[in-house]
Amino acid sequence: MGEYTVSELEKMADRLRLHVIEMTYAASSGHPGGSLSSAELLSVLYFHSMRHKPSDPSWDGRDRFILSKGHVAPILYAALAEAGYFPVDELLTLRKIGSRLQGHPVRGKLPGVEMSTGSLGQGLSMAAGIALAGKMDGKDYRTFCLLGDGELQSGQNWEAAMFARQYGLSGLIAFVDRNRLQITGNTEDAVGLDPLPEKWRAFGWNVIIVDGHSVRELIEAVDKASRSRKNPTVVIMNTVKGKGVSFMENNAGFHGRACSESEYRKAVGELKEALR
Amino acid sequence: MNSRLLAQRNYYGKALADLAGEREDIVVIDADLAGSTKTSDFKAVAPERFVEVGIAEQNMIGIASGLAASGKVVFASTFGVFATGRCWEQIRLAAAYPKLNVKIVATHCGISVGEDGASHQALEDIAIMRAIPNMTIVSPADAYEAYEATKAIAGYPGPVYMRMGRSEFPTITEEGRKFEIGKASVMRSGKDVTVIGCGQMVSSCLEAAGILAEEGIGAEVINMSTIKPLDSGAVIGSVSKTGCCVTAEEHSIIGGLGSAVAECLCESVCAPLERVGTRDTFGESGKPSDLMEKYGLTASDIVSAAKRAISRKK
Repeated sequence: MGEYTVSELEKMADRLRLHVIEMTYAASSGHPGGSLSSAELLSVLYFHSMRHKPSDPSWDGRDRFILSKGHVAPILYAALAEAGYFPVDELLTLRKIGSRLQGHPVRGKLPGVEMSTGSLGQGLSMAAGIALAGKMDGKDYRTFCLLGDGELQSGQNWEAAMFARQYGLSGLIAFVDRNRLQITGNTEDAVGLDPLPEKWRAFGWNVIIVDGHSVRELIEAVDKASRSRKNPTVVIMNTVKGKGVSFMENNAGFHGRACSESEYRKAVGELKEALR
Repeated sequence: MNSRLLAQRNYYGKALADLAGEREDIVVIDADLAGSTKTSDFKAVAPERFVEVGIAEQNMIGIASGLAASGKVVFASTFGVFATGRCWEQIRLAAAYPKLNVKIVATHCGISVGEDGASHQALEDIAIMRAIPNMTIVSPADAYEAYEATKAIAGYPGPVYMRMGRSEFPTITEEGRKFEIGKASVMRSGKDVTVIGCGQMVSSCLEAAGILAEEGIGAEVINMSTIKPLDSGAVIGSVSKTGCCVTAEEHSIIGGLGSAVAECLCESVCAPLERVGTRDTFGESGKPSDLMEKYGLTASDIVSAAKRAISRKK
């Protein structure tokens, strides 16, 4: 990995988006909004920053990726398929009976899925455990964990944050998809998270704030975080929920529903245009 | 065989300390109670593989699962209420669903926790763990069995819940006898009633069998130290012979050993069953022995239940 240019990574993000729209439309359900907001991150991780071998998913030296916001499984599956973990054709089996592409990721079911997630608030603890095992064994893999912003309302994240600092898990790098929307609406109208960077700093983490749709900023953030030798790092990604499809952007209604037929045509048209 | 008064958790600690030297892949994690759960014995010999999470049981299970996913065999310990209740859904998703090597070992289960009262007396833990797919549940009958069971679950694939008490109670098994997960053991033969116990109630079952013998009633006592998967062959075999059954557990009659046996019997040999356990109630503060008496968990309660079961035979 690593041979993709910035513009190719940007294109890849849109390819992943197109898969998300097609998969969730075929499934008539799923969570497109938060999938679209994290497309650039998945592109950067799986096609640039992560050390991994799709042909050998359990390769010991691989960097680990834990999708704490498990409902955006479609964007993870799209990245895994494009990277070569399983055939791209299989993406359209999402959420169907007998499929390896469960509604939320399941460890052991699909190559490349490290942990079972989907119940929010748990992924950072799992990632901390994986990072701790690496530290105990003197391995240099990195553990990446993607968190939703809404899920930070769950206390277990902060238990994990305290723990990771206590154990000096510098190989743990978390990303917060700060799209500011949860099912109910604006996160700040539900139970507010601001000032979010200050919260993480108070927990002893390195904090990097980026435009989550800037491939270049994401690459730099991962590089910088990887140089930490003491504390874990969180990359707060300011993003737009539904990014890349005009009528889905900043629309909480698309948190957990697929496109209708006409919406689907419009979304696919826009993404294909972007890919041209 | 001389019976001794021993606490199971002390033997759990010993087993962990021994395992530390035998296996490099064992990691122990605790939530601020290492001195009470005796995981401190492991910490003393393998501090680099001991993890303190503080008072954060949900995080403990997540960390344990991450460690297990990375090849470790993880023992996660705290008191029974917190080990199962506080983090039930974390156990379900993070550990049990992916069949990870997370061994949840709880001490301070049952009403004999005593003075701490209901907040600390786990009487529903078996029920809630039993409902989770992939989960194996072990409840050793004494300290010796706790030692052997610890060794056994370390080598058994997948998630396990092991339950122990706080206080000392009599040993009834032979020290050093290998523990077989999923296999019940007949502690005493009899033809009139089957008495199945787990944990420290097995000792009370034996005491009850002695009392019944004086009245000419033959009780067959079974130590059901694995509750899931239940050794249904042992239950069916014995009850087919005796024609009735009593279960005894320091746990609610809802969802625990009594329920597991009831489920087994109603799908096989239909026979009268009497369950000794707490009856849909919380506990309270008090001396363990006073509580066991007040909540109907003594040998004499088992004797009465046996007589009721026998009287209901057709």
